[in-house]
Amino acid sequence: MKPAAFIRHVPRTLDEALKILAQVAPQDGRILAGGQSLVPIMAFRLAKPAHLVDINEVEGLDHVASDGQILSIGARVRHAAFHKSVLDNPLGKLLAYVARHIAHYPIRMRGTFCGSLAHADPSAEWCLVAATLDATMVAKSTRGSRPIAAKDFFEGIMSTALAEDELLAEVHLPLLPADAKFGFNEFSRRAGDFAMAAALVTYRLANGKIADARVGVGGAEPAPRRIAQAEAALNGQAPSDKIFRAAAEAAAKAIDPLEDHQTTGEYRRDLVRAVVRRALEHSHP
Amino acid sequence: MTTHTKGTGLKWVGRAIRRLEDPALITGQGRFTADLPAVHRVRFVRSSVAAGKIKKIAAPQDAMVITAADLRAVKKITPMLHKFNYKPVGQPVLGEGVVRFVGEPLAAVVAASEAAAEDIADLVDITIDETAPVIDARDALAPGAPQIHAEAPGNVILEGKFKSPEFDTVWKTAAKIIKLEARSHRQNATPMEARAGHAAYDAASGRVTLTCTTQMPHVMRTAIADMLDMREADLRVIAPDVGGGFGQKISLCAEYVVLVWLARKLKSSVAWTEDRRENLIAGFHSRDQYIALEGAFDKDAKLLALRADIATNIGAYSCFPTTCGVEPLMAMAEMPGPYDVKQYECLARGVITNTCTMAPYRGVSRPVITFTLERLMDKAASAFKIDPIDIRRRSLIGKFPYTSAMGLVYDEATYKETLEMAVKAIDVPAFRARQKAARTKGRHLGIGFATFSERTGYGSPAFAARGMEITPGWETVILTVDPSGFVEVRIGSSPHGQGLRTTLAQIIADEIGVTPDIIKVVHGDTDTSPYGWGTFASRSLVISGGATLIAAQKVRAKLIKIASHMLEAAPGDIVLADGAAKVAGTDRSISIAKMAREAYTQTHRFKGEIEPGMTETGTYDPPGTFSNACHVAIVEVDVETGHVTVEKFLVAEDAGRIINPMIADGQVHGGIAQGIGNALLEEIIYDESGGILTANLADYMPPTAHEIPDIELHHIETPSANSITKAKGLGEGGCIGAPAAVINAINDALTPFGVAIDEIPATPQRIRAALRAKEQAA
Repeated sequence: MKPAAFIRHVPRTLDEALKILAQVAPQDGRILAGGQSLVPIMAFRLAKPAHLVDINEVEGLDHVASDGQILSIGARVRHAAFHKSVLDNPLGKLLAYVARHIAHYPIRMRGTFCGSLAHADPSAEWCLVAATLDATMVAKSTRGSRPIAAKDFFEGIMSTALAEDELLAEVHLPLLPADAKFGFNEFSRRAGDFAMAAALVTYRLANGKIADARVGVGGAEPAPRRIAQAEAALNGQAPSDKIFRAAAEAAAKAIDPLEDHQTTGEYRRDLVRAVVRRALEHSHP
Repeated sequence: MTTHTKGTGLKWVGRAIRRLEDPALITGQGRFTADLPAVHRVRFVRSSVAAGKIKKIAAPQDAMVITAADLRAVKKITPMLHKFNYKPVGQPVLGEGVVRFVGEPLAAVVAASEAAAEDIADLVDITIDETAPVIDARDALAPGAPQIHAEAPGNVILEGKFKSPEFDTVWKTAAKIIKLEARSHRQNATPMEARAGHAAYDAASGRVTLTCTTQMPHVMRTAIADMLDMREADLRVIAPDVGGGFGQKISLCAEYVVLVWLARKLKSSVAWTEDRRENLIAGFHSRDQYIALEGAFDKDAKLLALRADIATNIGAYSCFPTTCGVEPLMAMAEMPGPYDVKQYECLARGVITNTCTMAPYRGVSRPVITFTLERLMDKAASAFKIDPIDIRRRSLIGKFPYTSAMGLVYDEATYKETLEMAVKAIDVPAFRARQKAARTKGRHLGIGFATFSERTGYGSPAFAARGMEITPGWETVILTVDPSGFVEVRIGSSPHGQGLRTTLAQIIADEIGVTPDIIKVVHGDTDTSPYGWGTFASRSLVISGGATLIAAQKVRAKLIKIASHMLEAAPGDIVLADGAAKVAGTDRSISIAKMAREAYTQTHRFKGEIEPGMTETGTYDPPGTFSNACHVAIVEVDVETGHVTVEKFLVAEDAGRIINPMIADGQVHGGIAQGIGNALLEEIIYDESGGILTANLADYMPPTAHEIPDIELHHIETPSANSITKAKGLGEGGCIGAPAAVINAINDALTPFGVAIDEIPATPQRIRAALRAKEQAA
């Protein structure tokens, strides 16, 4: 459980970080942010990066800022930054609610929002948030900066559209309408474990009918995504147990479930059905 | 003279004083094996293949890599049983010719650091011609299964059989026969500290000191000295602070033998610290059992007879010193549990497979047999349409001493009383009302009961009855009052969390009239502790505690003799209390410190009537005593996800005289936490090729504090006639009863669905699969 030897670079500026990353990327250079996923993987020697570009000293990546349209989250922002609402918008409450489901307190103090997205574990809560809310990822390299839409960003299990020389410098989350409701539910066997299925929903009520429904499912497929069939089941309908059940059933049917030695596709669909309905039933405010 | 009655002599025993061992541990002053500096670090290269023939093990150039070829003179680990058709099989300390499980150590890399050793380990080139592995015990028993050891045809290493003479006659009279197929999946004891060893050679003496995280330092010394053909005096074994054992650290690790061999060869110090992945793959497993159980009941639902077919998967080798007989033979002997059932038939087999070797884990088989038997009782209650509590009342043992079908003698206990105490405390009618109301809202609550016996503190005859070559029953204690008046007690037990430094001090304090804080318990070092068997099997407080009491009684007698001499009073008038000897009814007294000093420095004053010094030895080898308890779990089952929440846990238990209530409660709490983990979460999973899918603590799931509910404890104290301190052991009961109570509660919650969960752990996947099968059938 000792990692293979590596060289740690500690740049102070973003430019410096990107230059080093460009140099070392071909030699399996990796970004080190909070290290809560990368370091255990290195300890198991499942990853043996020759270089780590440690961005913890880089200035200017620790912002959580809103311009009234989007919330920008820099690459050094820790999960714990969201324990309390970061802005006066339902998005702030949503992030605070979700944050408490991420692993355990010490991990939240160290792990980063952007690191979680770049790692792209299918069950990661922030990946589900990004996919459901159609976040934009801002990838930077010495070649320039480019936005990547969430639906294009997550390519599979721990696989993203980031090129090897790109740093996920910040993430843009669109603010929610002031009257938005949200609900989140996840299932794990123990408190703090990776979710075996998770659902995030947001919607508004227009004349008593659901509008702008978003239903995201994580942990059930190689990457989190919005489930159009479930959203269609909700939009234009008055909220009711029956409608929530219909949306949950639609989501359970729509997914192509991950399976493993213990977890059958049928069971994964059971969980998706449960978490989607519960997210809808227990929506906030 | 003080006597042992409450209110006079017993001022320390029975009090929840704080643990004397804790200040060092909680301020970071503990000393653990991995803290020691070493010149060389060792990494074991382990087989990634479950079965096959080793063709090649090639080390990178200039690397120091040891294989079986270097260890030809080292004997194999070959534990022995002289009964039950046991087939001795030998385990080479590093794989030789054949590999038999994933994780088997094949080579030892020696380097300057752990990271460097891992780098080299990654480069060791191993070629194995793979053969078909056998992972499951039933597959291993099937005709034509591959033979894992030539010495054990049919992969059966041991076969215990028993049948009461009148079994068939009584069986025929049964009103109902209830059948159950129970399955317990494989678990790992998961001590906080994994295994670790450090061996250092001393050039001046030629001795090697092995510091390792063991529950049995003396036994390790004897075994390793044997295997390396050393004089035992040339090997010192130290168990420093040990971060939990739970049985896993009883067994001899092949790795420790390699470390001692290396220290002698290199004339230097070498260390190995096991990582969690290694521990989960290769650090001993347990509880992998199939039990088919049938119970014959009379028309009044009284249990008449039991028939059990027990197959325990013992892994690839037999553990030392207990042998792999621990699980099958414990299951066979104690299957009837707390019930009065005179007719019994049993077949108990130990089955060899290509999996990690089985070793004792807290409770040894009893969590499994209790879960099986208690499921059977609930099924029978359902068949007879009576309450699960009521069916237990009809068959629990109530007269003592009770002799079981196999001849075990149960001393006085409170099987019926603890059941009634638990039933009253949990308020069953209130729960049933709450359950009914919840069901109308689609919430499924359940209550489960488990009554059980816990055999503890058994001496050497109990081990001899199993035919064990090594019968770890007795304990010796050497108690010294030194010339400064402080008390030092050297014990052969090897506590590692049980609080023995405190409880033994409480026993001594009462006996010789001093306070526990001036008593130091010394253990875990073969140079300073008397030979003993370490700490396991809920034995230490009974056996080491008994030996301590005997030694303390001798010291007491000597102090009274000296006091009588110095105070010129009759021995019968001397009272030992408050650190002094007093003449009853007078103001004459002399401090124990002064008497101790004189016992060393002024021996001429005693005119040869009193031996010099103040050291006495006690040895104790008791017959064994049964603790008992009733566990009650209240759970909620989420029928949509299969998730189980344990809402409440209640225990009514009897472990005889309680020396320290806080320590006793702590033992029960910890055991229940492990039992809940066993019931719901923990499972070592092999794939078909013999690889382990649960090699980290995200995939192998011990419970966290979140999963453990508040635990309510009630005690009855029935002083044991089989224990001179009147105390019974209680180290394992928590984990023995908890799985049964939790699984019965799950089944109670699921009554409306007509499903049966007879498997541990009852994972959400398994619960949903059972429910889904019913939904689809409907």
